[in-house]
Amino acid sequence: MSRPQALFRTLGAVALALCLLPAAPALAGEKLVVYSARIEALVKPMFDAYTKETGVEIQAVTDKEGALVERLKAEGANTPADLLITTDAGNLWQAAQEGVLRPIDSPALAAAVPANLRDPDQQWFGLTVRARTLFFNTQMVKAGELSTYEDLAQPAWRGKLCLRSSKKVYNQSLVAMLISEHGEAKAEEIVRGWVANLAAEPFADDTRMLEAVAAGQCAVGIANTYYYGRLMEKKPDLPLGIFWANQSTGGVHINVTGAGLTRHGKQPAAAQKLLEWLASPQAQNLFADVNFESPVNPATAPSAAVQAWGSFKASPLNVVEAGRLQAKAVRLMDRAGYR
Amino acid sequence: MPAIADAGLGGTAPLALTGANSGERQRLFWRAVVLLIAALVVAPLIVLLTRIGDADASLIEHLLEHVLPRVFGHTLLLTTLVAGATAALGAGLAWLISRYRFPGRDVFSWALLLPLALPAYVLAFVAVGLLDFAGPLQTALRALFGPDLRLPPVRSVGGAALVLSLSFYPYVYLLCRSAFDSQGQRAMEAARSLGLSRRQAFWRVALPMSRPWLAAGLLLVVMETLADFGTVSVFNVDTFTTAIYKSWFGLFSLGTAAQLASLLLLIGFVLAMTEHRLRGRAGYWSTGRSVAAPGEPIDGARRWLATAACLGVLLLAFLLPLAQLVVWATSGWTGVDVVSLRAAGRTLLLGLAAAGLVVATALLLAYARRESPGRLTEMAARLATLGYAIPGAVLAVGVFVALTLADRVLPALTGVDWRVGGTLVAILLAYVARFLAVGFGPVEAGMARIGRSLDDAARVLGAGSRRRLLRIHLPLLTPSLFTAAALVLVDVMKEMPITLMTRPFGWDTLAVRIFELTSEGQWEAAALPSLALVATGLLPLSLLNRQAETTPIRRSTPPT
Repeated sequence: MSRPQALFRTLGAVALALCLLPAAPALAGEKLVVYSARIEALVKPMFDAYTKETGVEIQAVTDKEGALVERLKAEGANTPADLLITTDAGNLWQAAQEGVLRPIDSPALAAAVPANLRDPDQQWFGLTVRARTLFFNTQMVKAGELSTYEDLAQPAWRGKLCLRSSKKVYNQSLVAMLISEHGEAKAEEIVRGWVANLAAEPFADDTRMLEAVAAGQCAVGIANTYYYGRLMEKKPDLPLGIFWANQSTGGVHINVTGAGLTRHGKQPAAAQKLLEWLASPQAQNLFADVNFESPVNPATAPSAAVQAWGSFKASPLNVVEAGRLQAKAVRLMDRAGYR
Repeated sequence: MPAIADAGLGGTAPLALTGANSGERQRLFWRAVVLLIAALVVAPLIVLLTRIGDADASLIEHLLEHVLPRVFGHTLLLTTLVAGATAALGAGLAWLISRYRFPGRDVFSWALLLPLALPAYVLAFVAVGLLDFAGPLQTALRALFGPDLRLPPVRSVGGAALVLSLSFYPYVYLLCRSAFDSQGQRAMEAARSLGLSRRQAFWRVALPMSRPWLAAGLLLVVMETLADFGTVSVFNVDTFTTAIYKSWFGLFSLGTAAQLASLLLLIGFVLAMTEHRLRGRAGYWSTGRSVAAPGEPIDGARRWLATAACLGVLLLAFLLPLAQLVVWATSGWTGVDVVSLRAAGRTLLLGLAAAGLVVATALLLAYARRESPGRLTEMAARLATLGYAIPGAVLAVGVFVALTLADRVLPALTGVDWRVGGTLVAILLAYVARFLAVGFGPVEAGMARIGRSLDDAARVLGAGSRRRLLRIHLPLLTPSLFTAAALVLVDVMKEMPITLMTRPFGWDTLAVRIFELTSEGQWEAAALPSLALVATGLLPLSLLNRQAETTPIRRSTPPT
């Protein structure tokens, strides 16, 4: 039996050796802990810049939004976390409902973040804008044939529509905003129209959905713009066009990546400084541009790549509605058979 | 008489002193061990059950009307398909390898285990990427046969069942191999001399004699299918698990999610009890060493059929997906980075620590059951292995809440300020709660093969229960323990939700990196950590194979 034992010993030694590879040197100074539902690659550049500028070290733990909120609830007063970041307003609203966030009075944030992109109770603030709009196969459809989200429910689009799964919060937010604008009955009618028009079962993610549109499985779909940006960066020749929806009506549906201070964080002042810095012009470009998003701060212009898609009118509704109406939206989509 | 009791437990007392009293004490001691282990594992489950109180009645009504009927249908269909396919693949391949000689047989013998190193969620995104409408295969077919070509949808229950079956069949294969090998030549010779054909011998002797192994393998497969979220979500197939996630993440009701999860627990418990019944009805212990049946050569062209069958499974389950991963990884290759290497190191270290802990716990549990049989220990042992049947993310919440509760209560009780939450202890305990079933199976099966006469002989010679464990069972069980450790190691390294929720700061494993990239739809970028995970998993697999090949071969005979 010496070989298995030797193998396990070797495995252990290899593991230890790999773990001992030099990590980034730990700083002795101030330290903040961030729970982030935005993946590490899309938050680390900002944190590194902040550390460089202020000397404050930032530790990020990533997980799904729901798990992070449960984690904050369970930890209660013992939580090591100072800041919670999510990639949508609905989950921030839910975190506030669960009482794990702390309202803050910050003139800097009030100035940097438009009123419809932050919590009316000041418990969380949008940091980047993510638009969810229409994308079409340029060989099958002309831009002139497209108009609104609502129009995609018309029989003219039968067998031509692709959607992502209703289980993704971005679609739950979109439908929540439809409820907010049109009321529940009308919104359900629209969603039923979408389902009737589907060319394929809903997709697991936006990238796969966009690829299906480009491949001609369907003519049009709804996705967040940054997926389009990432895809076109890699495959610029895809016959895929972007169309800003609802420009003559309510405007493009937008959501935010946002953050709030945790209720029981031990360093509210330092956490607030970080939050204010993230909303400031110097960080806004970094934050938005790393992922083809738009800055929330009106003083900051979007990146050239994002500007190339043209300017658009965004929905003026407060993104808090996405949270307030999310559960309703999910039930509505269940009833309408949107999987 | 404390002196005698101590002596009894220590196992050093002369024969005359180890009376009925010390035997009784030993039984109590082992019963306490079982209960303690069960309590550790069951605590998170109980925490979850307490959340059921928060369940929303109107929500349940909604789910019953619009979600659950469809979801039940899918889950039932998926589980049946996967169980059927893994039974056929696993037992069939094991039979081929174990009984016949054909070209490539010695390579396939171990290569058929390789899919264990490839997580089902990785196989899922590779399969969808390759086979869906926009993927290279259908694009090429459309170029050949015209743009209107439509194939049956890939993202369907059937597609998910195919991926899960290709991922999980090695569990059945591994266990059936050891069953067929250990039946030895004589059972087959007896069957053939009684006039059964080869095929009849398989159906009427070999397969029935392997029932406990087949059932143990299928139990793992079914539990893992029921708890799977990663694969079905890539296919956007709604199952019971996705309904649980929807209740929690979409409808913000963890209570309802817990209520649905408790139903899965119940199913898992019933399945585990059924499997145990199947196993328990007859005795399957060995009566001594025997020779493995040497493989029979297959004649003529039919031997290439056997080769093709093995190669086909291996291509679909491992080689083709691996090739796609390599293509993706090299297209975005930026060189080896230190962060990935560290992640690989942590993955391996966590896996090894968890494997050690799980196997030690499984050994204690199995031995305690043997030393102190009875309905209570039986029930506790079944409960302790339930963590495998519920979705990892839901169990993760239970574990996390239980740990934070302990962190609040224990310092107050003991007066010492210590915390488990956020430490390695936390994540390791969570792994034990999840994977005890995986480690317990092989250990229990191994222990069942140790004849009672050995215990009796040692007892008569004055060895106490602990001494018997260390001097008799441990050495005899070593192969089973390594099999268990290797299985747990491979599983822990692939684990995602519990690792995400309970890992200490900075302990980002390869699975965490894959989660981050796939959650953003970046499958191509996830190829590199996926390959690293496969490579890391190959090491313990090599061990599993060696165990399968060289486990002291015993013949099983029904008890007289």
